[in-house]
Amino acid sequence: MAESIPVEHAEGHDGHHDHHEMSFSEKYIFPLDHKRIAMQYMFTGMAMAVVGGFMAYTFRMQIAFPGIEVPGWGHVTPVDYNALITNHGTIMIFWVAMPVLLAAFGNYLIPLMIGADDMVFPKINRLSYQIFLLSTVIILAAFFVEGGAFGGAWTAYPPLSSKAEYSLTPLGSSMWITAVALEFIAFLLGGINFITTTMNARAPGMKMWDIPMVVWMIVIASVLFMASVGPLLAGGVMLFFDQNLGTAFFDPDKGGDPILWQHLFWFFGHPEVYVVLLPAIGITAECITVFSRKKLFGYKTVLYTAIGTGVLSFTVWAHHQFIAGIDPRMANIFTVTTLLISVPIAEMMFVYIATLYGGSITLTTPMLWALAFIFEFLIGGITGIFLGASGNDIYLHDTYFVLAHFHYTFYPIAIIGTYAGFTFWFPKMFGKMMNDSLGRLHFWLTIIPFNVIFLPLFVLGLAGQHRRIYDYRNFPDLSEPWMQDMRMLATTALLVMLGAQLIFFYNVYTAWRNGPKAGKNPWNSNTLEWTTDSPPPHGNWPEGLPTVYRGPYEYSHPDRKDSDFWPQNEPA
Amino acid sequence: MSARPIATTRSAAGIPTARLAVWWIIASEIVIFGGILGSYIMHRMAHGIWADYAANTNTMVGATNTFVLLTSSLFAVLAHQAAERGDGKRAAKLLYMTCGGGAVFLCIKAFEWNYEISHGMTISSNTFWSFYYLAAGVHAAHIIAGCIIMLFVAQTAKRNEELHRVEIIGVYWHFVDIVWIFLFPLLYIAK
Repeated sequence: MAESIPVEHAEGHDGHHDHHEMSFSEKYIFPLDHKRIAMQYMFTGMAMAVVGGFMAYTFRMQIAFPGIEVPGWGHVTPVDYNALITNHGTIMIFWVAMPVLLAAFGNYLIPLMIGADDMVFPKINRLSYQIFLLSTVIILAAFFVEGGAFGGAWTAYPPLSSKAEYSLTPLGSSMWITAVALEFIAFLLGGINFITTTMNARAPGMKMWDIPMVVWMIVIASVLFMASVGPLLAGGVMLFFDQNLGTAFFDPDKGGDPILWQHLFWFFGHPEVYVVLLPAIGITAECITVFSRKKLFGYKTVLYTAIGTGVLSFTVWAHHQFIAGIDPRMANIFTVTTLLISVPIAEMMFVYIATLYGGSITLTTPMLWALAFIFEFLIGGITGIFLGASGNDIYLHDTYFVLAHFHYTFYPIAIIGTYAGFTFWFPKMFGKMMNDSLGRLHFWLTIIPFNVIFLPLFVLGLAGQHRRIYDYRNFPDLSEPWMQDMRMLATTALLVMLGAQLIFFYNVYTAWRNGPKAGKNPWNSNTLEWTTDSPPPHGNWPEGLPTVYRGPYEYSHPDRKDSDFWPQNEPA
Repeated sequence: MSARPIATTRSAAGIPTARLAVWWIIASEIVIFGGILGSYIMHRMAHGIWADYAANTNTMVGATNTFVLLTSSLFAVLAHQAAERGDGKRAAKLLYMTCGGGAVFLCIKAFEWNYEISHGMTISSNTFWSFYYLAAGVHAAHIIAGCIIMLFVAQTAKRNEELHRVEIIGVYWHFVDIVWIFLFPLLYIAK
């Protein structure tokens, strides 16, 4: 676009004009550049997704074909099974969804989308990844210590998690909670950067309402995380002490209370799901506006409902404890708040549908993923309403209905949202275009099996199938032939889905090596990251940082006759 | 790479970046300590016998430590004033004294805990003592971390560089002080 844009240069001190040749170690092992740190988080998160997916494969094979020697693992013992389901959940939430959606996309996009040259604290940024990497090593190392990895479910309720005589994993349990606590600290540090950078380092002219929605969402998610993780960090220290110092914070025999852990855990646990949801919703907003060439239907609505969701998310946590023995009157209150929280999220979905309506839609791969997010998350959200009603939950708690509900929410968040963002920003990150046909093939071979995996699980849950059972042959009521058939169907679909991810990796690799050059703005998008080279150089805009003149979603503006988009940095 | 990004020097919110960041850090720390103290208060209210255990904490020692921390916070304020005047050397000296206050606090605590542990009041004696050592221990960890960072800030301030950091570490130190102001009544006065 126009080159005569007023720009901001580094004043006085040397800013980014020290062009010393960086060593391999400075560039890739200890980077300070937000884009490199983002890539570190992205690749670690994606590698952990493979690990988590492998765990799912192993325990699903055991469920569908009990007693089988699983290729790549061997015989799955009950202890193995518990460790696999525990770490599958823990890894997918804390080592896949958080690093990819929050840390990777946040680190990459925020400075670029607000017109800054980096995060405001690059060294703290680097430190956050290092702590995160340490936590990754610890959670994986637990599989190789004596006793094996922790197997007390990702919710880690004591006394199973606090007493080695029950957990049978004395070392693994402590390593698990240590890894989780370190991960929390890494994200607290990262969050400081996201919030402060967005508040303070915006381009001249970028008012609050000119900030792209994905940036807002990541910032709100960071605030939500910071406001909710504290009690669990405290609880984590308590659990560690119970495990190792003989304290009895959660031991009822010695004056402690296991329900305290539940409250500390879920007070964080519930806002946490919105911490990962909001970035995925933000990514979807970016995709649907660009690929329907339409402005976001209700920018302020989406923003205020996101904040409202965040606030409300602190009032619903005990819906995870409806049958833990809480006072039924408390259960009533939490039912009301839980049902209420579906309203702002439904509002956001309606805004997105209204954005699409009447738009000039192009079904590129990122757009397919964004549309799939809306569709699949709707199913997840609606099934949550069934669970939010405490009476209903008495029956459904700890059944596969819950599991299917949260996979219909988490999977769109962590997997679909990631693919939407990754395929959308790949051209910017790597300077090449991914193959769109392969992208669609990957999309359909992922989405259809995804539904074939989890829809049967709703049915099984309603039929009474409990969670966290190693072998259903021990439960005659749950061993009807149709039930085992469904389990096998779901597991087969999982195998297809996992295999289809190879298409994605192939696409990424070949595009990175040999793909067509992407240019600065292949999608004709308005936001600032598309005004610099692909990939952006160090300092993002070395010739001078941009100035902003309008909001991010001015697509198909009536005043612009010759173009259906209007970049934020173009002077009026 | 020691170049500061342009981003760090901007101030779209009208507040200097470092000050904004330290307040966000304090916000998250409030939730951490809030979780610990909230759990403690609820447990204490549910277990009348804890009053008996709590009777054994040494209120005089606690009061002395309160005085020590408040005085150290005074030095932190004076350090900030010196930094505002551009007097890095004086600011550094006052920061060293603040740190010294923290060290005195930790020494007194060491003696206090030594006495209590040798008289059978350990972290695993009962849940009151578990919370006592947990809360005071997490607080002490924050004092240690604060002291270390303060020493780094002082080293740089001595050379009249990055003087704004004196205020920042001071804010953090005041927060640590305020946490103690909550701990003192909860663990020592409420008997």
